Amino acid sequence: MTETYVRTTSSPTLPAPVTHVGWVPWTRVHLFSSLGNGLLTLVGVFVLAMTLPGLLDWLFFSAVFSAESGVACVGEGKGACWAFVDAKFNQFVYGRYPGAEQWRVNLTIFLGTAGLVPLLVPNRFPKKWFVGFLLIPFPIIAFVLLPGGAFGLVPVETSDWGGLMVTLVVAVTGIAASLPLGVLLALGRGSQMPVIRTLSVLFIELWRGVPLITVLFMASVMLPLFLPEGMSFDKLLRALIGVALFSSAYMAEVVRGGLAAVPVGQYEAGKALGLTYWQSMRQIILPQALTTVIPGIVNNFIGLFKDTTLVLVIGIFDLLGIVQSNFTDPNWASPQTATTGYVFVAFVFWIFCFSMSRYSIYMERRLETDNDS
Amino acid sequence: MDKLPKAVIEIEHMHKWFGDFHVLKDISLTVREGERIVVVGPSGSGKSTLIRCINHLEEHNQGRIVVDGIELTEDLKRIDEVRREVGMVFQQFNLFPHMTVLENCTLAPMWVRKMPQKEAEEQARSYLERVRIPEQADKFPGQLSGGQQQRVAIARALCMNPKIMLFDEPTSALDPEMIKEVLDVMVDLADGGMTMICVTHEMGFARRVADRVMFMDEGEIIEVKTPDDFFSNPENERTKLFLSQILDD
Repeated sequence: MTETYVRTTSSPTLPAPVTHVGWVPWTRVHLFSSLGNGLLTLVGVFVLAMTLPGLLDWLFFSAVFSAESGVACVGEGKGACWAFVDAKFNQFVYGRYPGAEQWRVNLTIFLGTAGLVPLLVPNRFPKKWFVGFLLIPFPIIAFVLLPGGAFGLVPVETSDWGGLMVTLVVAVTGIAASLPLGVLLALGRGSQMPVIRTLSVLFIELWRGVPLITVLFMASVMLPLFLPEGMSFDKLLRALIGVALFSSAYMAEVVRGGLAAVPVGQYEAGKALGLTYWQSMRQIILPQALTTVIPGIVNNFIGLFKDTTLVLVIGIFDLLGIVQSNFTDPNWASPQTATTGYVFVAFVFWIFCFSMSRYSIYMERRLETDNDS
Repeated sequence: MDKLPKAVIEIEHMHKWFGDFHVLKDISLTVREGERIVVVGPSGSGKSTLIRCINHLEEHNQGRIVVDGIELTEDLKRIDEVRREVGMVFQQFNLFPHMTVLENCTLAPMWVRKMPQKEAEEQARSYLERVRIPEQADKFPGQLSGGQQQRVAIARALCMNPKIMLFDEPTSALDPEMIKEVLDVMVDLADGGMTMICVTHEMGFARRVADRVMFMDEGEIIEVKTPDDFFSNPENERTKLFLSQILDD
């Protein structure tokens, strides 16, 4: 029998029952919510128990942190040969860039970071100035500072560049060039003008249709054959252009997805207010389109960052290349040298890629809370 | 003899097709300065397409459209000139979600009219006042109710100081309790002498503000009359049928 019950006094707030708080129910909900999940938890614990101690032992407990040569790393039960990384660290970062001139690399990295960091912090600094700095003076400064040969700076051939520095140069150029180029190509692909549309489609499909290795080979081996006699330009520069064009084709397709996601009404509202095509793209469509595809854009950046290792095939020594080339150093010959080197490279790449990934997630969240109710 | 106000929109024998489908058939219409025209008709009758042709969001295929002395052709410059003078309010508001209300209202004056930011903001605030939401200026559109968003859309269009306002079913996407606040703003605008063409299903609004009510069906203008005449003695059978269907309740 039901009858409407009207409470006359307010109900007190009671503590939650014991079955809902504390570690026992937490474990039940998160680790053993069903038979399958319970088994998976046990398997997970088992795998960790089997691998973690060995891994920690190799990484830290049995590792050799400082030594004069690889001899210290030879022997039963020896772990990672960190001494190798320590001894070669300068080379891993700068390649064969002369020690006395390395301040130029440091200064470039410092200027780039100083320009970039304020942009990453929202609403703190006047963005215009930093974007302006990164777009115009910074590339010029880097272009003068790194190769030298002007303003009394000693020239340093790009064949002497190497290591992390080359990885960063290739990746940053690729990233900085691919976004604007990709946006232009995506707009071109959506253009009403048949010539522009066809050219954009051809460009995108051509570059997307070939592997990056092929592009790099073409840039390094084939291109000089097509250029007139006596005209040649730097191998690294050719690789940079190849990487930039290659990644801009990918970027174009990501941006195109973003453009398609902007409702038609937004385009119409822009037109109805009398904005020109470029004004409406710049102010209305692109800000929305690019925001939607941040995950895709960053995904491309990460892919590009890792693809820079391919420049090794044309004889440019990036971080991975320079580490690998040091494996043959007889002074550091040990069973652990190669593994340690690879783990080190993997870790450095992971740091960069993971930071980009986290930053993109942060941006997505921020933009979400900004605009939506 | 009374001198008629100047004609601001002249449409002569205009036709439009969507593929094979003849959406607008031989439309001729003259709108004079300060005139308020309400367009009614069943859905799919071409009402929206007609007013979208006036600011060239849709291209007409035959005939002539002259707006404020400028004939609409393929020339993008002329189209932009016309659009500057013609404000439009959409059914789905189409506010820019990544900008605040104030930025929505200052964007076009600053970029199209090259108005200094300060002046554009002052103007925007005064129009937001006029549509009765000055306090929402710094919010984002997503934080407003539908009725408030549509009023911002009206203010945004007004900030270009247009000579003509087009309304494309401005209350059709709103919850019933918000329709009135938008209509009040539109009535206020009409009383202020704005030249308006409204596509709407709000018959009360049509009675209240229209100089002429225009009935369209299957791409044709069937009947144009003063509101009193239109609602009390419709002549055409299709008009009568339509009115009997909508005035039922």
